[in-house]
Amino acid sequence: MKFLRDIVDKAKVPFEEGGKLERYHHLFATVETLLFVPNETTQLKGVQVRDKNDMKRFMGTVIIALIPALLFGMYNVGYQYYEATGLVASSSWDLWWIGIQRVIPIVIVSYLFGLLIAEFAFSIIRKHPISEGYLISGLLIPMVMPPTMPLWQVAVASVFAVVLAKEAFGGSGMNVLNVALVARAFLYFAYPSDISGDQVWVYLGDQMAVDGFSGATPLALAASTLESGQNVVQTLAASTTDYSFANLFYGFVPGSIGETSVLMILIGAAILIFTGVGSWKVILSVFGGAYLMALLLNLVGVNEYMLMPPEYHLVIGGLAFGAVFMATDPVTSSQTETGKWIYGFLIGVLTIIIRVLNPAYPEGIMLAILFMNVFAPLVDYYVVAANKKRRLKRATV
Amino acid sequence: MSKTVKLRKGFDINLAGKAENKVSDSHISRTYAIKPTDFIGMQRPKAILEVGDSVKAGTPILLDKKNESVNYVAPVSGEIVDIKRGEKRKLLEIVILADKTVEYESFNKYSSSDLAKVNKDDLKAQMLNAGVWPNIIMRPFGVVANSDDTPKSIFISGFDSSPLAPDYNIIFKGEEKAFQAGVDVLKKFTSGNIHVNVNAADEVSPVFLTAEKVQVNKFVGKHPVGNVGVQIHHIDPIAKGDIVWTVSPGGVIQIGKLFLEGKYDASKTIAVVGSEVNNPQYYKTYAGAAVKTFTEGTLKTDHVRYVSGNVLTGESIGEEGYLGFYSNQFTVLPEGDHYQFMGWIAPTFNKLSFHKSFGLFSFLNGSKKEYVLDTNTHGEPRAFVQTGEFEKVVPMDILPTHLIKAILAEDFDEMEELGLYEVIEEDFALCEFIDVSKHHVQSIVREGLDLLQYS
Repeated sequence: MKFLRDIVDKAKVPFEEGGKLERYHHLFATVETLLFVPNETTQLKGVQVRDKNDMKRFMGTVIIALIPALLFGMYNVGYQYYEATGLVASSSWDLWWIGIQRVIPIVIVSYLFGLLIAEFAFSIIRKHPISEGYLISGLLIPMVMPPTMPLWQVAVASVFAVVLAKEAFGGSGMNVLNVALVARAFLYFAYPSDISGDQVWVYLGDQMAVDGFSGATPLALAASTLESGQNVVQTLAASTTDYSFANLFYGFVPGSIGETSVLMILIGAAILIFTGVGSWKVILSVFGGAYLMALLLNLVGVNEYMLMPPEYHLVIGGLAFGAVFMATDPVTSSQTETGKWIYGFLIGVLTIIIRVLNPAYPEGIMLAILFMNVFAPLVDYYVVAANKKRRLKRATV
Repeated sequence: MSKTVKLRKGFDINLAGKAENKVSDSHISRTYAIKPTDFIGMQRPKAILEVGDSVKAGTPILLDKKNESVNYVAPVSGEIVDIKRGEKRKLLEIVILADKTVEYESFNKYSSSDLAKVNKDDLKAQMLNAGVWPNIIMRPFGVVANSDDTPKSIFISGFDSSPLAPDYNIIFKGEEKAFQAGVDVLKKFTSGNIHVNVNAADEVSPVFLTAEKVQVNKFVGKHPVGNVGVQIHHIDPIAKGDIVWTVSPGGVIQIGKLFLEGKYDASKTIAVVGSEVNNPQYYKTYAGAAVKTFTEGTLKTDHVRYVSGNVLTGESIGEEGYLGFYSNQFTVLPEGDHYQFMGWIAPTFNKLSFHKSFGLFSFLNGSKKEYVLDTNTHGEPRAFVQTGEFEKVVPMDILPTHLIKAILAEDFDEMEELGLYEVIEEDFALCEFIDVSKHHVQSIVREGLDLLQYS
């Protein structure tokens, strides 16, 4: 690698102190450190050796955990396209091709505008190094978008989220709200017709849907039982799309790009939990909170939606994706171990409340997580206060 | 009442280059130095003598103008050959060229039985005078103790759990009498207990087992279980206003010898360790020895770092450096100033990590595997992102992340309430090691302690 190192060293000269491009040295460092871990050594006093792990590897692990859901999402975009249009794919490559055409541009736009435009601009203006945080946000944003999302909206949302949710608070590690969810919430309230309803979840291109195709998500169907008064499971079974529990789990259903396959998300969860990068306490407690709240509503049972079996709540919509990849964001979640249980549990509970009791919003996980992001410091405040009290009590014994 | 404490949290860094069970006395350094920077809390160091003056072991050569009652003395006899200063004339080192045989200043001598009858003030005066007082460290803050205080208890950690630490069975071998005399002296300063904490999982030195007038507590667990701060937390925690003293076993022995033999004896056995040392083993020497004596011709490579102390809390002193006053250990590590291509994601088995992020497979090696670690930081500094990991290496009822953030925010009430009085740098050294954001956690802790102590 000496050859490559020499090229980098030569290219580095104008970016060094006193060089022509000095003000852009953080940009150069971003590229350089992706290629080579720097030659910095520990300071003279203090630890003389350091752990091999760093922020890049930590964040990189999340990217790896996202890949199964992303690949499945791409495949599923193609799968839904052929299901809805009634066209016959000659091979599974056709399915992949539709998905790639649709999803890759969204990913590129998200990185291009979020990372290249917003992050780099702030890095130059505020003179801070570029953190690895957006590597994850930049992939999460496309995965929570419907496949039909206009690219310009993805661009606007990415810039909005980076600037207002992150950089305005001081950059990576300082943000209060999950960056990717802010991007989604921004579009949700600014351009609701492009990110909600029955028409956006399946990409049709310039083809027409077959007769009888509705495109409604299972959440929308479940909410419709409030008016129809029919059993939710039967309503789902009657749909033209296969909304059986098994298929909801595998994920061959319409929805946001990355959220449909609970199986793939659980593979990601296994990676996060095994590596310790994502908190199993948060993941488990979100599922637990949602399940218990759904069970409680079962007991109340004044309408059909409330009577939907609790396990269905765990496999429909974005609950699994949110629990595994959004709620676990270490910066915006609770930072104490006890707090993580409370934080996750309340996300689960709120999600179900929003879904079932608030007909205005069919999906609840996004708002539940954003809401608990805001309250996570309060949860921590009380956990820390308990620690202080315990310590004080111990001293007077 | 003796206690047994089991700790589950912590992390052992198993490095290559452990010292063999062999003590050599053939490596005698020619020069020795006393360094004001070794004594945390020394505010205005002043060299008393000048270059060319001759000294005996026990002659005062340094003092703190803010606290002139404590003498800092020459470890060996000889001639002062250099007084090194840094920026703004900051005093760095007072170097002594040693005589062939050490001559000692003489102090009052007592038999073990007489020692019990001497009153506290006479003991104190001689300790301050003869240079053994800096062995006594005060908690909170971890600074040289104030001789007017009465501590509620005194703690002695009977083992060192840090990486490549010397075995106390070897370095304090045969010092039973001096240790007991030291305990007898210290006992006069406190109405509380003197706690000696030993490692329940290892053979305990007879120095501690035969000691009287002490409470022996057993500890078992991973590093930092040997840190005296962790031990205090579990035996007799420090609240606001409390004062506890800590002394290393070597310090207790030195105090004992001062009264039994009437001299300031700075001799000690140190472990010379690390992956770059050909024959890691123990050497007999004196405090502040020039380390070059131990490395000439014994190193495997030459691009190395010389560390007084262990790899977690030590200080890089350079090839021509001198051992620290409190160090029983001298570690030689490979320098890590090299680039690694795609090193942030390349899978590795040989680089130790506390974490299991993608590609970090050191956890598969088991606890027996010995690692060669260099000084590379393995990444760049970042803001706090990861949570819940510091908590796994601090075996105390303290929230490390919140305490560190309270210090950064200079929030005095939070610092106090979250337990800054109970810790010093070394207790958070593992946090610094495992931090993926590469903060200088130990420096931050010291900044917090300085804030509480001086403002």
